[in-house]
Amino acid sequence: MTTGPLEFGLNTFGDVPTDHAGRTLSDAETVRLVVEEGKHAEQVGLDVFSVGEHYREGYVDSATPVLLAGIATATERIRLGTAVTVLSTNDPVRLYNEFSTLDAMSNGRAQLVLGRASQTQSFPLFGYDIADYETLFEEKLELFMKLQREMPTTWSGTVRSPLTEQTLHPQMRPGGIPTWIGVGGSPNSVIRAARYGLPLMLAIIGGEPERFAGHVDLYHRALEQFGQPMQPVGQHALGLIADTDEEASETWWRAWEPMVTQMGRERGFYPPTRERYELELASGALFVGSPETVAQKIVRMTHELHISRFDLKYDIGGLPVDARARTIELFGTRVAPRVRELLAVEQHESQSQSQDLPTTHPVHPIGATHA
Amino acid sequence: MPDIQSTLPTIGILGAGKVGTVLSRLLLATGYRVLIAGSGSPSKIALIIDVLAPGAHATTAEEVARDADIVILALPLGKYRSIPAHLLEGKLVIDAMNYWWEVDGIRPDLNDPRVSTSELIQSFLPASRVVKAYNHMGYHDLDEGPTPAGTLGRKAIAIAGDTPSDLAAVATLVNASGFDPVLAGNLRDSIALQPHSELFGANLTAEGVQDALTRFPTSERGREVAAARAGDGVAGLSLA
Repeated sequence: MTTGPLEFGLNTFGDVPTDHAGRTLSDAETVRLVVEEGKHAEQVGLDVFSVGEHYREGYVDSATPVLLAGIATATERIRLGTAVTVLSTNDPVRLYNEFSTLDAMSNGRAQLVLGRASQTQSFPLFGYDIADYETLFEEKLELFMKLQREMPTTWSGTVRSPLTEQTLHPQMRPGGIPTWIGVGGSPNSVIRAARYGLPLMLAIIGGEPERFAGHVDLYHRALEQFGQPMQPVGQHALGLIADTDEEASETWWRAWEPMVTQMGRERGFYPPTRERYELELASGALFVGSPETVAQKIVRMTHELHISRFDLKYDIGGLPVDARARTIELFGTRVAPRVRELLAVEQHESQSQSQDLPTTHPVHPIGATHA
Repeated sequence: MPDIQSTLPTIGILGAGKVGTVLSRLLLATGYRVLIAGSGSPSKIALIIDVLAPGAHATTAEEVARDADIVILALPLGKYRSIPAHLLEGKLVIDAMNYWWEVDGIRPDLNDPRVSTSELIQSFLPASRVVKAYNHMGYHDLDEGPTPAGTLGRKAIAIAGDTPSDLAAVATLVNASGFDPVLAGNLRDSIALQPHSELFGANLTAEGVQDALTRFPTSERGREVAAARAGDGVAGLSLA
């Protein structure tokens, strides 16, 4: 059994960019840019376009489903997802309403990644305590999946008012929309995704991605143990594609270095060194380079992590609009075809060597519902 | 030949998350017996340990505390009050925890420049001997970084504690797990290994760690700590 083709997605947090003259775009301009970039992603043949959820200066993705709805009406084929939806501070009922509406509007193209996100501003903003994270996520995931899988729904818990024989409209398609769990390395979160039989999105933003091979193994073993069918694994990574490795590296560094420095100031770690950066490019988590460099690195991920979906977050604050557009362009027209070509060659070679050994884990098609 | 297993102390790890599983792997690889516990029943982490730290024994926090010779704290710092303190009496305890507000919530008690978080842990475990170690290096660097002693460019872990014999025991463990140990003073000084210090998140050689420790008193954070401690009527850092 072989896997379906590798899927390619773009992720945006609505990071505010700069224009040709180095001027920082306004929030409103950035909102309109994200819609244009969604259209661009479809034009270059990409499979998924996903929007994050943040509540801080420099990001305009706070109203995720509104942005996705805008893109939905401007596109026809590309699937529309999140990266990630901060489930713990959302009301699962509201979330259902928003995404069943988006799914209807887009003619069945809505999907979700649920997670904690690496930023936590939504907790104080909506009156939650981050220390309650586990309970909030666990209960809300239970309710959200129940709403998707059983309608009318009866549910009670500690994080919101109970529901009795509740029906919501517009109703989702049978079984609900594809819902992934985003994890950043916590083994418990991997187990939770498997328990619900939900596909796994690995957010790998630093260090060697190969370290997550154990998590993928853990996920597959846990699915088996819970009696769940095999599910796909995806990877979310940061990066930029330019015509040459050097151009990509210099352009990304100019935006990435101040961003990570700011993050470090907030969390208490020191600014990244250039040496560390070079290491992240060579063997680490950043997918920054020419189309060939990035394609080769993605192919390596399909071997190490058995991924069947690769999502590139192409925007970080202060990046020039043109560099973002070039990344989208090259990702769709050069990287994706090149990766498919490399994988096809490998598959052909392995088939001629042995008829028995599949090159990757068998998975369900990404577009399938996970009922 | 003596059985190596019987000559090495048994290591207990409280916390089966990112750091706990990485430390388990490092120590198992050098022949230590490792007991590990998460926050719930052992069955909840059995599969995690089986896959991510095969060979470690998944058990309860109580059994870890009772049966291990050295216990490593690798749980979220905000949950330190769940540590079974009475079972750790008389034991060497390694504090690998950090205040990380995105997990622990906003906790001024864990972010006090006057008191290192290891001092806080020591006062919660008055009958244990606490040493700070394995906290300042990111868990992925811990995972990727171990090399045999003497390797050129070998990475280093700073350790801080109040008793030379305990520091020696922890230094042996750090060395065995693939890193050069660097002495960083006593528990009070271990604030130089906490968030907002140059060392925090750094992945350096022994020389680099030493240099960062030397620079700490004159760094922005070092001066903030010194000022807060002076205002508290207590002498400043003994590191300088």
